[in-house]
Amino acid sequence: MRTHTLSVLVSNKSGVLARVVGLISRRGFNIDSLSVGTTEHPDVSRMTIVMAVEDERVIEQVVKQLNKLIEVYKIVELEANAVNHEMLLVKVSCTDSTRSAVIDITNLFRGHIVDVSPDSVTIEVTGGRQKIDSFSAMVSSYGIIEMVQSGQVALGRGSRSINEKKRPALAKHKG
Amino acid sequence: MAGEPRSRETGATELTGAQALLKSLEKLGVDTVFGLPGGAILPLYDPLFDSDIRHILVRHEQAAGHAAEGYAVATGRVGVCIATSGPGATNLVTPIGDAYMDSVPLIAITGQVKSTAIGTDAFQEADIRGITTPITKHNFLITHAEDIPAALAEAHHIARTGRPGPVLVDVAGDALRQVVPFVWPEKITLPGYKPTVSPHAKQMSSAARVLAAAERPVLIAGGGIIRARAAKELKAFVEATGVPVATTLTAKGVFPSTDPLYLGMPGMHGTVAAVGAIQRADVVLAVGMRFDDRVTGELSTFAPHATVIHADIDPAEISKNINADVPIVGDARKVLAGLIDRLEGKKLQDLSSWHEYLQGLKDRYQVAKERSADGTLSPQWVIERIGEKFGPDAIYATGVGQHQMWAAHLLPVDQPNHFLTSGGAGTMGYCVPAAMGAKVGAPDKVVVGVDGDGCFQMTNQELVTCALNHIPVKIAVINNSALGMVRQWQSLFYNERYSHTDLNSDQLPDIPKLAEAMGAVGLRATTETEVDEVLARAAEINDAPVVMEFVCEKDAMVWPMVAAGTSNDDIKIARDMAPNWGEDEL
Repeated sequence: MRTHTLSVLVSNKSGVLARVVGLISRRGFNIDSLSVGTTEHPDVSRMTIVMAVEDERVIEQVVKQLNKLIEVYKIVELEANAVNHEMLLVKVSCTDSTRSAVIDITNLFRGHIVDVSPDSVTIEVTGGRQKIDSFSAMVSSYGIIEMVQSGQVALGRGSRSINEKKRPALAKHKG
Repeated sequence: MAGEPRSRETGATELTGAQALLKSLEKLGVDTVFGLPGGAILPLYDPLFDSDIRHILVRHEQAAGHAAEGYAVATGRVGVCIATSGPGATNLVTPIGDAYMDSVPLIAITGQVKSTAIGTDAFQEADIRGITTPITKHNFLITHAEDIPAALAEAHHIARTGRPGPVLVDVAGDALRQVVPFVWPEKITLPGYKPTVSPHAKQMSSAARVLAAAERPVLIAGGGIIRARAAKELKAFVEATGVPVATTLTAKGVFPSTDPLYLGMPGMHGTVAAVGAIQRADVVLAVGMRFDDRVTGELSTFAPHATVIHADIDPAEISKNINADVPIVGDARKVLAGLIDRLEGKKLQDLSSWHEYLQGLKDRYQVAKERSADGTLSPQWVIERIGEKFGPDAIYATGVGQHQMWAAHLLPVDQPNHFLTSGGAGTMGYCVPAAMGAKVGAPDKVVVGVDGDGCFQMTNQELVTCALNHIPVKIAVINNSALGMVRQWQSLFYNERYSHTDLNSDQLPDIPKLAEAMGAVGLRATTETEVDEVLARAAEINDAPVVMEFVCEKDAMVWPMVAAGTSNDDIKIARDMAPNWGEDEL
């Protein structure tokens, strides 16, 4: 299995997310993570789609099929070293005696306490998948009341934007 | 439309959304639409009453869709169908799906409930945009009248360019009623839509190199060549290279069947020559086709010795099913013309022993058309007779099943856009409405439907539409009283347990009477002499639709056959009978 991160620029219109997700699911592809948000351009949204596939031809089909959607403008597969972050919000139960230990762990992971109550703290941690996993493992022994995770968002390293990329992933001109 | 009020600010003509929609269709050159009105689309039908656009009022929306497809395929133009919201729109789902599978340029216009009611489960509301998203090339939901002209222009552009396909435009009732200035888009801006038309030079050169070295090449021509209007280039390519040609079901007619290098149809019911050529080829050049499972059989054993050159305008088809050694994205016409250029002056291999071998297969294994033992009509014989009577100038439409395969083998179709069939979707009921649409689009042509008794009972209500609108199609019903193809599978794979495939259509309906009731001429033949009489009568009638019922034997089977999921190498020419490949001749 190899993980692929696709950055997809799409028209910022209603229904586009449904088209993308519907296409991926009806062709039998599985998504690990998907997030979508606005960009520096008001008419354009950017999706980050993370997929783990065994056969490289699957990712090629995903890209080609997505490219066929009229409202998909550009697809770029980010390199493995791209900045690839997600956010975790977790509500951990604690008492007066365990609170400082939980705070210590949070600081260790450069997280933030975003809410506190007499018997819980809510922590926000951002970072790569590994960091998030290690953090949740560390605090789980204190009792996780509830948690929520965002999808991954990713940007390539360096000063260039994907708009400048001459050859997007398996470009429409491929072949 | 003179004398309309003008906008004070822009000077643009003020129109209702409905008027704007019709004006947009006119600007796009649409002169014929097929449809059926209802509540939500009523605002459009009011100005349509006075419009120059010809509207054919169908009896079921599904038929409007198939008729628009038939019109599109026969004329090479974009077909347009109209339905109301809810059930009207969902009745279009089958033809839209059919057009998507066979890349037919189609615009489906549907009324939607008013924009403020969308999402409330209003009367006759259906999320037709959501429903048709997987089966359209693109679709629109329009809630503001000012968006109508651009949406129609874009829909038309998307439907006919690149890989053609259906586009749905769903328009809310209030948008049809709203009055706005009519602004026609100067140019179409679709930043996410840029079909690659011109093939990549490097890939074309590799393809030419591979072809020049080929000793046993075969060209699989797909429906894309018809859509690209590249029949001439195909012929020229074959003349220049001597590469033998197989045509897929949807490509029938794109290459003359009389040409010595024509092999017939590949696939599940392909000819021995076509299937054998592919399995023995050292190079497969596939143009405008998509390696459907009905063509390939078991993928891992398809064309096992071949270097595959795959050219298609849709990059997603390349290496989807069969890995392409030389992928080419581009328009079929440019690909074929470009290959001719690149091969000019190049030394090609001597193909004469390959030609001889394939000619041997062709001679030995013609498509079976035995007469039945008990004197009942043989469906193959009847279909061949139909072809002889109406000739290669007629446009033929078929339903789906055994009769369709026999029609594909036996009808003399030698021109593109003269064979209308539901290929990828396999939509029973396609024949009658598609023939109707073709006749509307090509009124000077004889249009002959070759239908089955099962298919005919799905959409024959459109004979009323044909009779009332003077659309004199000729429909031959090959009546074997059964869902013949399903029955064939039951014979071969389900121990002859004929579970629910006997339609008893030898008893009911009385097909000629049914035809007469709908204003068509109804004829029936049960013997060979009667067949010729019926065909002669039908040929004479040009002022009314004609239905010819041919009462045929039940147990005829379509051969050759590659059983589903098996290898092309296991093709049978009759039950448990493999061809003699005579490979020592190769």
